[in-house]
Amino acid sequence: MTTTYLERLLDPWREFDRMNRLLRSSPTQTTEYPAVNVWVNGEDAVITTEIPGVTTDDINISVTGNSFTLSGKRPADEEKNVQSYHRHELWHGNFNKTVQLPFNVDSEKIHASYKNGVLHVSLPKLEAEKPKKIKIES
Amino acid sequence: MTDTNREIQKKEAELEKGVEHTRATRVFTPTVDIVEHKNDIVVLADMPGVDEKSVDITLEKELLTIYGRVEPEIPENHRLAIAEYGVGDYKRTFTISNEIDRDQIQASVKDGVLKLVLPKAEGAKTRKIPISGNA
Repeated sequence: MTTTYLERLLDPWREFDRMNRLLRSSPTQTTEYPAVNVWVNGEDAVITTEIPGVTTDDINISVTGNSFTLSGKRPADEEKNVQSYHRHELWHGNFNKTVQLPFNVDSEKIHASYKNGVLHVSLPKLEAEKPKKIKIES
Repeated sequence: MTDTNREIQKKEAELEKGVEHTRATRVFTPTVDIVEHKNDIVVLADMPGVDEKSVDITLEKELLTIYGRVEPEIPENHRLAIAEYGVGDYKRTFTISNEIDRDQIQASVKDGVLKLVLPKAEGAKTRKIPISGNA
């Protein structure tokens, strides 16, 4: 049953509820650590992310179908004999992030590099999913 | 122990009054740890994309400025489908006291983290002052 404008006017609480629901369901701007940039074209996708302070041994990348998962950890620093912290802003801990790609990835051909705290992963599209040119016979 | 609520947006640096940029790039404020030890003060700054050659450290009077240049790497013939972070330079300025031995400052960069060691000057190290009992 659809509510008419008049009914809504008569029942302001229902209208209030409806607006409340609308506000709550709006997409929130929460981004899981680490933030990623994803570049795509017809052949592959390139994912870059900034994970400073993480060593190559602590980065794990896995791909199933079209989903790319990055996990790892940034160990807490080993500062000894600390007198005081004047700033303590750096983040430490475990992270796990999954990105859905618009195509299935050829997991044999993934290439990843890590330099200066920036991870760069190229994920080629599965050969079978690439567009094929169809020859028209005349 | 994944902290999903962490603020992960990079903060863009505020322009100082009357100062204009000449490099067409965004400038971010790196997050830092500043840790004081008995003999030195250590500054750690997250500056992903920066290496030893692209970071400048200047000390003028009391102002210590760290500046890291980042050349954005844009994959050719690709379009940006998801953009969660921006790429740009890093800049942050601190005031330091005269207690620092300016000639002995050391800087290194590892995995995108800048580490500055600022040794305390000899005279500034905490000394225990003996108090004599009978005046």
